[in-house]
Amino acid sequence: MNEIVPVRTIGGYVPMVDGPEKVSGRAKYTADLAAPGMLAARIFRSPYAHAEILEVDVSEAAKLPGVKAIVTGADCDKTFGVLPIARTEHPLARDRVRYCGEPVAAVAAVDDATAKEALRRIKLKVRELPAYPSARAAMAPDAIDLHGHRPKNIERDVFFELGDVDAAFAAADLVREGTYNCAEVCQNQMEMHAAVADYDVERDRMTVHASTQVPYYVHLMLSQILGMDMSRIRVVKPYVGGGFGCRTETLNVELIAALLAHKAGGCVRLVVNREETFITHRGRPETDIRLKIGMRRDGRITAVECECVQRGGAHSGYGVVTILYAGSMLYAIYDLHNVKYVGQRVLTNTPPCGAFRGHGTVDIRFAFESLLDEMAQALAVDPFALRRANLLTAPAFTDNDLMVNSYGLPECLDWVEAASGWKARRGKLPRGKGLGMACSHYISGASKPVNWTGEPHATVKLKLDFDGSIVLLTGAAEIGQGSSTILVQSVAEVLGLDLSRIRIVTGDSDVVPKDNGSYSSRVTFIVGNAAIDAARNLKAVLVAAAARRLEAKPEEIECLGELYRAGAQDKGLTFNEVVAEALKDSGTVIVGGTYSTIPESHGGKKYRGAAIGGTMGYSYSAQVVEVSVDEETGVVTVDKVWVAHDCGKALNRLTVEGQVQGSVWMGMGQAMSEEAAYHGGLMLTANMLDYRVPTIQDSPPIEVGIVESNDPHGPFGAKEAGEGSLAAFLPALTNAIADATGLRFNDLPVTPDRVFAAVEKRARGRKSNGGA
Amino acid sequence: MARILQLTLNGRARSDAIHDNVLLLDYLREIVGLTGTKTGCDGGECGACTVLVDDQPRLSCLTLAAMVGGCRVDTVESLVTDGRLSAVQRGFHEKLGAQCGYCTPGFIMASAGLLRRNPHPSEDEIREALGSNICRCTGYVKIIEAVTYAAELHAAGAPP
Repeated sequence: MNEIVPVRTIGGYVPMVDGPEKVSGRAKYTADLAAPGMLAARIFRSPYAHAEILEVDVSEAAKLPGVKAIVTGADCDKTFGVLPIARTEHPLARDRVRYCGEPVAAVAAVDDATAKEALRRIKLKVRELPAYPSARAAMAPDAIDLHGHRPKNIERDVFFELGDVDAAFAAADLVREGTYNCAEVCQNQMEMHAAVADYDVERDRMTVHASTQVPYYVHLMLSQILGMDMSRIRVVKPYVGGGFGCRTETLNVELIAALLAHKAGGCVRLVVNREETFITHRGRPETDIRLKIGMRRDGRITAVECECVQRGGAHSGYGVVTILYAGSMLYAIYDLHNVKYVGQRVLTNTPPCGAFRGHGTVDIRFAFESLLDEMAQALAVDPFALRRANLLTAPAFTDNDLMVNSYGLPECLDWVEAASGWKARRGKLPRGKGLGMACSHYISGASKPVNWTGEPHATVKLKLDFDGSIVLLTGAAEIGQGSSTILVQSVAEVLGLDLSRIRIVTGDSDVVPKDNGSYSSRVTFIVGNAAIDAARNLKAVLVAAAARRLEAKPEEIECLGELYRAGAQDKGLTFNEVVAEALKDSGTVIVGGTYSTIPESHGGKKYRGAAIGGTMGYSYSAQVVEVSVDEETGVVTVDKVWVAHDCGKALNRLTVEGQVQGSVWMGMGQAMSEEAAYHGGLMLTANMLDYRVPTIQDSPPIEVGIVESNDPHGPFGAKEAGEGSLAAFLPALTNAIADATGLRFNDLPVTPDRVFAAVEKRARGRKSNGGA
Repeated sequence: MARILQLTLNGRARSDAIHDNVLLLDYLREIVGLTGTKTGCDGGECGACTVLVDDQPRLSCLTLAAMVGGCRVDTVESLVTDGRLSAVQRGFHEKLGAQCGYCTPGFIMASAGLLRRNPHPSEDEIREALGSNICRCTGYVKIIEAVTYAAELHAAGAPP
């Protein structure tokens, strides 16, 4: 007989626990749910970017046989929004429409064809108002205030100056300034937004299945919008086809489905199409940045001044947080002092932006790492050496009070420098080829939850029953990132059990404990720690039971997963025997575990909003990108990417690699081809042909180096892996293009058109200078 | 107009009354109830709805159901044999070719179609065969590994 040993999976390559469902077609996403008699829903949207609503006439639509319910702004005067301080949005516009595509009315009918026909019969009468599709237009002195409470349409002004910035610039050997523009980009997750709402008239209960990252927020907003007590609402999250941030906020889709179900007194399925998914948006705002950096001759940064303007769209959404992140996350990657930041979040007549992977940090990092590269060149300092001249030493608190406990950036730099052959190859590649590098970082969950309730930041329950199986109950939303796998692994590791002993149930508010959701890369760190706590508590119950049966002291009990014994000579008890003993007192055992962040991680109070950016642990990333640039066509090809990511400890190397590759690649889309373009307020790119996502034929090999800095607070030492590597790709790409061509691109995306135009412009300049 | 559609769906003969204008995608999902085939876009942009028609990958969102009369149509649900994942499914599961899983049935059917006509594809041939499918999670690196691994499993005798 083989000796029984505890099963260990942490640190291994572990396929996802829900993989078989996904590859077999058995996984049910929201649009896959069907119920007899379910109604089909459609949304009537504003064709105007900005207008006063005079009348929404639904009388002709209501006469159509088969139409069961129509809702308009008149049906709901409540507002919603992810931030308690900025709930400005109605599920259906009232009085005014503020962007092209804003929902005005919605229909539930016996089938989709009837619902579509009903939309054709709705008449919208408006008085058009001047529309402001750009931040500059919205901030003009004579612009109409879009929400009546924000002069110059500035949703939030952020200002801080920490240190003596002017003096530090005066003392610098080199001062450089650059301006940068990053186009608006969309998550474009593969599953289009969907909700199934079922209203039980007899019991006055609402059940909503929704494609969301945070079922808890949906629960709160349904209660607010429907005016229903929270106890009458159930929210279920089926399989979710990606999120990347757009489903952190409750969307109008699930709220409208619920309003229709309530009015129709039945079950309504609302699946919006790809164009509507683009318009629902919540992507990364168009961002204009002016950045100035002062530096000593040896590459040491002495001062930073940064101005950032974000085109936020028609409603607040996450906007206040996004503009704060952009400032606070200047810190915690390098040892910076003397920093001034001015941020403006602007309300405009475009669809509302939100939280997109790398929330608030990406465009700023692009600017910062681009300017560092330029200055490295000016000082003739190697880009790696320049970064190394500015490293932090952990543990540290930054000038804006962010807590850095583990810091694997030096090792990330070492890894990509060696793996890419930087020293041997940089500057020696053939014409048209180049190497660029850059760094980035991200938080492992915001330390302060959006809704501050005093509860622990995460709660996990474990149910152990007569059958010897353990059911892990969590509200943490698996959206494809692998959170369920990590949580199962974490519990199994503590108990030394095979993963197959543990089943996980997520995302049904009737069953699982509340969770703050899958955003800001919080689940592994925060819910992972709660899962470990729960598993330890369960282990204590099992050890106590084993001690009772074996007539030993608990501290004498050795847990080997499937075997508990009181000493190496003891035959011991099987896991099932221990379970039977444990159940004798109370029957089914349910234990809990919790996790709360420590106050030191909550950020500071040196300026308004300084808590944003606070986290228990920062991930770090360094990248080298190799490109080929065809100056005849302007086409840039990424030949290879080397990326090193400090995730503290790779709980699952397979999913860490997958997350890092996915992040890098998403950065590539933003850097090279993706752009939400508008004509007036009309989105021109609301499909996957015009909104150009890289295909498999455009996509390079991405080699991942995992750096493990073992965070003292992380679960098994882990930090986040799913966002931090996105941002570095953008500047690493443009730095590589600069290396290949001498041309520097400060505006994204770097399309062939832009490259070609820059090559032409340079050629004209040479000609007029009499050069070759 | 309506008609009777007769076809072999996932190995079984079937006939259904359908309207002429019903898309193959909607026929599979809404009439038959095979929801493994996904809708990802407004028509032909993403490949999530890829199925095999007589072993050839086809976008079911751009195909009228009426056009597949007399054909063999295979969806992702057909690949599991005796309860076991096929080579391509195993590749996508074990090599993490699937993250959120939404584009996965389309990728799997395009890959199964590739292995049926070319059991030993090169990396370039894999890239070409999957060039019409969009994945937003993986960056495609592990999808290429998954299909390469699937080809090895297939060569060792597993059905594609």
